[in-house]
Amino acid sequence: MIRFLLNQELRTESDLDPNVTVLNYLRENLGKTGTKEGCASGDCGACTVVVGELENDRIRYRTLNSCLTFVSALDGKQLITVEGLKHQGQMHSVQQAMVDCHGSQCGFCTPGFVMSLFALQKNSPQPDKAAAEEALAGNLCRCTGYRPILDAAASSCTAAAQDQFDQQHEQTLARLREIQPTATTELNCGGNQSYSPLTLADLAQLYQDNPQARLLAGGTDLALEVTQMHRTLPVMIYVGNVAELKQVQTFDDRIEIGAAVPLTDCYDVLAREYPDFGAMLHRFASLQIRNQGTLGGNIGNASPIGDSPPALLTLDAQIVLRQGSSTRTIALADYFVDYRVTVRQEAEFIEKIIVPRAQGRDSFRVYKISKRLDDDISAVCGAFDLRIEDGQITDARVAFGGMAAIPKRASRCEQTLTGKPWNQATIEAAARGLGEDFTPLSDFRASKEYRVLTAANLLRKYFLELSTPELATRVTDYV
Amino acid sequence: MSNHNKISRTQDEMMALVRQDLQTGVGRKIPHESAAKHVSGEAVYIDDRLEFPNQLHVYARLSDRPHARIISIDTAPCYQVPGVRIAITSKDVPGQLDIGAVAPGDPLLADGKVEYVGQPVIAVAADSLDNARRAAMAAVIEYEDLEAVLSVEEALKKKHFVLDSHQHKRGDSAKALAGAPHRLQDSLHIGGQEHFYLETQISSVIPTEDDGMIVYTSSQNPTEVQKLVAEVLDVPMHKVVIDMRRMGGGFGGKETQAAGPACLCAVIARLTGQPTKMRLPRVDDMLMTGKRHPFYVEYDVGFDDNGRLHGIDLVLAGNCGYSPDLSGSIVDRAMFHADNAYYLGDATVTGHRCKTNTASNTAYRGFGGPQGMVAIEYIMDDIARTLGRDPLEVRKHNYYGKTERNVTHYYQTVEDNMLDEMTAELEASSEYRQRREAISAFNASNRILKKGIALTPVKFGISFTATFLNQAGALVHVYTDGSIHLNHGGTEMGQGLNTKVAQIVAEEFQVEVERIQITATNTDKVPNTSPTAASSGTDLNGKAAQNAARTIRGRLVSFAAAHFKVSEEDIEFRNSHVRIREQVMPFDELIQLAYFNQISLSSTGFYRTPKIYYDRDQARGRPFYYYAYGAACSEVLLDTLTGEYRMLRTDILHDVGASLNPAIDIGQVEGGFVQGMGWLTMEELNWNPQGKLTTNSPASYKIPTVADMPLDLRVRLVENRKNPEDTVFHSKAVGEPPFMLGISVWCALKDAIASVADYRFSPHVDAPATPERVLWGVEQMKTAMAEAPLVENI
Repeated sequence: MIRFLLNQELRTESDLDPNVTVLNYLRENLGKTGTKEGCASGDCGACTVVVGELENDRIRYRTLNSCLTFVSALDGKQLITVEGLKHQGQMHSVQQAMVDCHGSQCGFCTPGFVMSLFALQKNSPQPDKAAAEEALAGNLCRCTGYRPILDAAASSCTAAAQDQFDQQHEQTLARLREIQPTATTELNCGGNQSYSPLTLADLAQLYQDNPQARLLAGGTDLALEVTQMHRTLPVMIYVGNVAELKQVQTFDDRIEIGAAVPLTDCYDVLAREYPDFGAMLHRFASLQIRNQGTLGGNIGNASPIGDSPPALLTLDAQIVLRQGSSTRTIALADYFVDYRVTVRQEAEFIEKIIVPRAQGRDSFRVYKISKRLDDDISAVCGAFDLRIEDGQITDARVAFGGMAAIPKRASRCEQTLTGKPWNQATIEAAARGLGEDFTPLSDFRASKEYRVLTAANLLRKYFLELSTPELATRVTDYV
Repeated sequence: MSNHNKISRTQDEMMALVRQDLQTGVGRKIPHESAAKHVSGEAVYIDDRLEFPNQLHVYARLSDRPHARIISIDTAPCYQVPGVRIAITSKDVPGQLDIGAVAPGDPLLADGKVEYVGQPVIAVAADSLDNARRAAMAAVIEYEDLEAVLSVEEALKKKHFVLDSHQHKRGDSAKALAGAPHRLQDSLHIGGQEHFYLETQISSVIPTEDDGMIVYTSSQNPTEVQKLVAEVLDVPMHKVVIDMRRMGGGFGGKETQAAGPACLCAVIARLTGQPTKMRLPRVDDMLMTGKRHPFYVEYDVGFDDNGRLHGIDLVLAGNCGYSPDLSGSIVDRAMFHADNAYYLGDATVTGHRCKTNTASNTAYRGFGGPQGMVAIEYIMDDIARTLGRDPLEVRKHNYYGKTERNVTHYYQTVEDNMLDEMTAELEASSEYRQRREAISAFNASNRILKKGIALTPVKFGISFTATFLNQAGALVHVYTDGSIHLNHGGTEMGQGLNTKVAQIVAEEFQVEVERIQITATNTDKVPNTSPTAASSGTDLNGKAAQNAARTIRGRLVSFAAAHFKVSEEDIEFRNSHVRIREQVMPFDELIQLAYFNQISLSSTGFYRTPKIYYDRDQARGRPFYYYAYGAACSEVLLDTLTGEYRMLRTDILHDVGASLNPAIDIGQVEGGFVQGMGWLTMEELNWNPQGKLTTNSPASYKIPTVADMPLDLRVRLVENRKNPEDTVFHSKAVGEPPFMLGISVWCALKDAIASVADYRFSPHVDAPATPERVLWGVEQMKTAMAEAPLVENI
């Protein structure tokens, strides 16, 4: 049974297939058709809804793609849909702003934009253009060219008066506290089931009891198996309510990030430590996906084009794997074996990711290359961290995504760099070394020739950025 | 306009109102008629309609072969899946199987062979989409593979065409080329484009008595859907009613290709007697439906020292996919726009319609025009680089003249030529000269990042080139309470057509637009409609609605003159009131009075475009009623190490004649520009060697997001310039022309690439200019520099 608020109405669902997405639940079960399906793959944002979640005794509002969110993830939360924004017959200020700014044409993407604007208004009272773009880059509009929607963002966020959600904040807070799960919740229907444990121990036990289960974190990858590959997932264990997995702890020498921490929440801590990691996370999917997707998931699915692994590999990150009550800590580099194959054993899961701290050094850089700057998948992602002492490279760590079946360190390139003088000649020799490290594939994202050349060029860019910091090298720095 | 809340005003108060302007008539920035419903989720699209308890959902099993003979189809396994009602093949279609729009070639379901990956082979109806899909995938289909033609170059070489080729010819291009001081020959690939309307193709059909069907379809062309549904069912058209309230985007993709789902639903509704819906999942939509035509272009061009064209031989080969669809007219329009804004000199322009084993490419905003224009703009850049001149100078040297050099290669005189004035105005307001210098300085001092700038013009012909399509109808009722029901043959896909037509009717009656209820496009209200396409929606339907309103207003004037014993000149409609010499009455009072005096308050309206014709045998005529003009200046920044780029600034000046609604027109201009920019930059279609589209979802096919907008976007409409032709309130069409403003971005990227070799070489960059193609362009420049003899002081 799960309990959640749909707008302001308490709903209790016990007879729902856990394979049902929030989008289909809204449209098909409840007949609430304001939320639209544009792609069912989390790429267009037409289905964007806002979820309010109790966090440190306040309500945190976040946008999600309802097409990628299974209903089980709603337990104990408030789901706000476009139908919930009008109040006593009056449009919400973000809706009115969209009308006043001529922000809709065909109107099909509009409810999704309205929800992204609503969350933006709640989270950033005075958003600058960059914040508005970040909030809206996961919503595709094919008609307007976006300018009027940015206008609507500017006017509705700056001039926002109290809305019904603000007015009812205390009541909503109280109701959310009431419906917080206190023990593992289950949802069963037609032979499919999902569990939502609250503690690490319960999760580990459940997984041992159900080793065939699929772990559901953000679901931004897993849900595609249902919505795009049309498979049924008979057993799921939702890890998003496990308190230990949602912690970020900072120590003197390391940061430990729980596997279920959403990417949005990783952003601050990683950006502070490694500004370039932050810059890359900004280009990592869309805000909706970053609100859902987790660092653990990005590693766990072992995709060759996941954006965080190259950076984490270069930083010598480790992961803690848990199986029952036993844990082991391994280097991330040892985790990936082959295409979507890892060393993870039955009923074993990623508990946390350990990222060494920068310790005052600023030599880490990561670059993502894709056809579209925002919300696209890397053609190549390259990360570099070289230690240079007295003009000599004493330690070289280089890793790439998109260049092989797994995210991988460029060992030949690293060898060529280590112990050599920090100069152009060394870099050129190492760039040639990359050709021995990788034989990438051609696909619709890029040809192998482009991948090989840009991988080498990223190393050249790294050299230029560190040796001539005043040189402008990034188009994304122009805002 | 309920009578219950009627406000009574004194004569003086009403006279004061009569002296004020109507606030919601033409020329006003009123919001889209559905805006309030869009933002609240209350606007109903077909998938949002209430379903029936016995609702069926249809899923089509698509071919996974590019070209194959169908040996056998076994649908028996489909029926093992729970909830399945029926599985049909081409044999089950009661009437005509072919649903080709103009020429045959598009079987509703594959008939004996498949010709592309994504072609529907069988359709299965079940109680849910999931069950229908599962059942459709259970069918066993055996194929024998046949040789497939997948590249346009191969099709061109083999003369593998879907329709005959066509040629425009003026003068002797071979002689002009031979005698020209300079000559260039090259070829170019121009990519296609997925429409990516946010609402995928969908239809919902309800069987009615008398073998009838009510068809809800997301289509730009209700009458054609009506005709095709009637044909596949083998019933007269009067049995079929099409209802189309709104589309979630069209862009040409729903001009012909919305018919398939509607016809499949109708056939299944006929065979089962049950209401039937088909909504394409995104990937299926992208695999099944056609796109903008990719083109392969070969050119041979001769010019003088100033870059002025003496002659050109241009071959435009459109990749039509497996069937004709609208490719005849689309390649024609590419040919008609191969001049863009330029006098070509002695010209031979040849258009081929190549057949490949891919989805049948179809209408897409600009309808071939953009491809023709990209070709000539590429040539302009090529000439400029060859001569070492600023591309804008070369463009201006080639502009059509006002009194000479003003006849196109298809012999239409370019009247009302605004190119020089608009270019001069934009060149000044965008500070093109100063920025060109600043950019040169930037590029000289930046090793990695390079900037580029380009100012490109747009001249776009308005009218369907199939002349008979330039007609429209409308239906206006005035009810006894003074409220007005408006219907016309055009369709609303977000472009604001309904809003503009309502403003036109409001203007004619001088009533507030709120008094007018716009209703779904419906074939039993206005028959025999043309598609809403070719930017013509407002030009045609606005005029037809205006005519209907004028008919009723004329009757009201005659009646009032007789009734009040005044002359017709004494009667004036102003701001929801009617002045009859010195007496004023509210509009609705006059309507009631007219009703009681037995005056007809309903009228149809009709319009056909004057002046236009095209003689295909001679390849001459006046296919376009007028031209719309625009110009854009774009500045970009690119990374020479990765090919990635950013749009820095775009200035646009666009001509819409006397704007009917500046807010909506600006929306069309900006939206068109961004869509055109997407086409030429990040939007890349890719097929695997087996002929399957691999960029078949928004995960792999990237359209611009908010962050891809130019950082600084300045858009203006040309002011105080009415269309000299007698269009509706002297406005101009705006749907397609701004799309080609995006060419400025592509040319700016090439400019930035050329800067790598100090503008001494012409980079060969096919469209779209993805980061990868941009990087290869940069590499070309580096190689050219390395191989070229050193020039002093570089």
